[in-house]
Amino acid sequence: MWEYTEKVMDHYRNPRNVGKIDNPDAVGIAGSLACGDQLKIYLKIENGIVTDAKFQTFGCGSAVASSSILTEMIIGKPVEEVKKITNKDIADELGGLPPEKMHCSVMGYEALEDALKNYKTDDMVDLDDLREPETRDKVVCTCFNVTENQIWDAIKLNGLKTVEEITNYTKAGGACGKCKSLIQDIINTYYHKEKEEKKVELTPAQKILKINSIIENQISDELRKDGGDITLVDIDGNNVMVKLRGKCSGCKNSHLTLKSFVETTLREAVDPAIVVIEV
Amino acid sequence: MEKLIYLDNNATTRVDEKVLETMLPYFKEEYANPSSMYEFAKSASHALKDARGKIKDFFNAVNEKEIIFTSCGSESANQAIRGVLNMNKNKRHIITSKVEHPAVLNLYQTLEKQGYSVDYIGVNSNGELDLEQLSESVNSDTALVSIMYANNETGVIYPIQKISEIIKSKNPNTKFFVDAVQAAGKIPIDVQELGVDLLGISGHKFHAPKGVGALYVNSKTVITPLIIGGHQERGLRAGTENVPYIVGLGKAAELAADNLKYEMTEVKRLRDKLESNILKNVFNARLNTGVANRVPNTTNIGFEYIEGELILLHLSDLGICASSGSACTSGSLEPSHVLRAMGVPFTAIHGSIRFSLSKYTTEKEIDYVTEVMPSIVEKLTNLSPFQNELEQLKNLKQ
Ligand SMILES: Cc1ncc(COP(=O)(O)O)c(C=O)c1O
Ligand code: FES
Repeated sequence: MWEYTEKVMDHYRNPRNVGKIDNPDAVGIAGSLACGDQLKIYLKIENGIVTDAKFQTFGCGSAVASSSILTEMIIGKPVEEVKKITNKDIADELGGLPPEKMHCSVMGYEALEDALKNYKTDDMVDLDDLREPETRDKVVCTCFNVTENQIWDAIKLNGLKTVEEITNYTKAGGACGKCKSLIQDIINTYYHKEKEEKKVELTPAQKILKINSIIENQISDELRKDGGDITLVDIDGNNVMVKLRGKCSGCKNSHLTLKSFVETTLREAVDPAIVVIEV
Repeated sequence: MEKLIYLDNNATTRVDEKVLETMLPYFKEEYANPSSMYEFAKSASHALKDARGKIKDFFNAVNEKEIIFTSCGSESANQAIRGVLNMNKNKRHIITSKVEHPAVLNLYQTLEKQGYSVDYIGVNSNGELDLEQLSESVNSDTALVSIMYANNETGVIYPIQKISEIIKSKNPNTKFFVDAVQAAGKIPIDVQELGVDLLGISGHKFHAPKGVGALYVNSKTVITPLIIGGHQERGLRAGTENVPYIVGLGKAAELAADNLKYEMTEVKRLRDKLESNILKNVFNARLNTGVANRVPNTTNIGFEYIEGELILLHLSDLGICASSGSACTSGSLEPSHVLRAMGVPFTAIHGSIRFSLSKYTTEKEIDYVTEVMPSIVEKLTNLSPFQNELEQLKNLKQ
């Protein structure tokens, strides 16, 4: 027996906004009969505002609840705002879903995305930016017809880290299981790229500012504790020219330690290619 | 919930009052270990012997020594299968069906990884076994054939006696295990007539408590134990005997034998009434088993273009308990392996509901379910995105 929240139960017992809109301004579909759930959402949009929404769902209790609450979440809202709704928002609005049922909230999100894809605007969260364009529509899981696109979105929106979580959110991997290694590859690629993203190339000016601030705020504080000090003289590419002075300046050995401490700190924080040169 | 209408007796059953009563003294007064040497242990020891006799009669076995008490249906199956294979280490071929219970099927998948080759016999659209395929599969390397007596999801009965004859004519050394968990209490079990070597049951499916089962192993079949330890069950199942539960199992078997006629007439009549009324009154309902021979208490009906869990949730709101073969309830994201093996169309497989009755089911309950079913289905079909398809079905039915 699933542990459904009161809100989920209320929505599958008394679903809101059931049906079809004649002459809708947007229609979105997600899922399929063969896979066990399908959602169709119909929207009426006037002056950039969703004025009406209706749905038809073939699916379990949480699929109906996700669809029903989604219509409530979007009616009366500007399209721009509606576009920012994710599967997580749907699940949160329901007071949570059992982990194995998260794919129902994803279906809501996908149907909405499908309906609104013709209304794309600039400030929409673009989930495609990190991917190789040609692989986006590649079907990863043939049992449930799940594309790389959908898996990528699920990872990004929900911070998923394991194949099991991907299965809970997208169903991919939930039948024959032969796509599991592909899913693992996508997870690896995602987190690998994300790491790289964080260390994007700094412009020369940004680099100088960053090195300067690390020397002033972190390194010199450390050195002063031991009675020493450091002054940044110049930066040329990855070569950082510094003057080391103070109590330790006469000792050759301590000088080497000092230099390597400065260099390690800068390499970790800014760029592994940095070389510290004493002037 | 005011009333409870329990139509999920293939999942588990209510313990019979009379069973509980016979068990209680073995908790309170007669708590001795039946192996002990003093006078006080006599009663427990006699009770054990008495229960074994009752199970022997229930199976029409030749000898009480052919009965091993276990903890459940899964243990009976695991003990039988591993016990036979370990005794015949040089043979590496097994035959089973695609529609077995996971207790059996998952074990075979494990054994396949350990190097066994397993043939899974298919079924037709009514759920009936392909006996020709089975016959062709038996060879000199076949250590074991295991086929269930009745299917838990559909209630379809497999022709065990015929299968036994087929096996023995092809390879007299091949052992035959029958998972009879869903047959016990519903149809007669006569191990001699059926010609089986091993046969397992589980108490909680016929009004004994959960946590007790039995395995029949005929005297010509030697097996190794699964649980090794003390001398209990003639060394075939170590562990101090669960006397109160075994007593309960014996009593339940005795009651079940007495009740068989009622099961095969009255329970069947109620099941047929429920089934025919739903098929008549609900336009998108289909009987998943066609004309197949079934146990008297089970019906499996597919409701097209609506989803099973949602039906169950709405039934549950009215106090009605049933189960579904839909993906959402199978815990695997895929619909039931049994219905898939039968090729139930994907329009109906996700909306398949199993109702399983018992001797406690009343006419009033069946009438109530019959009455509410059309309105539940109507509510749910209104939600469905497949309005055109549903409209077509409706027109076809009229
Ligand atoms: C056909 C069949 N075999 C085996 C089992 C397993 O029995 P138990 O739950 O007692 O282990 C069941 C129970 O669902 C069953 O229906
Ligand atoms: S291909 Fe993904 S589960 Fe089968």
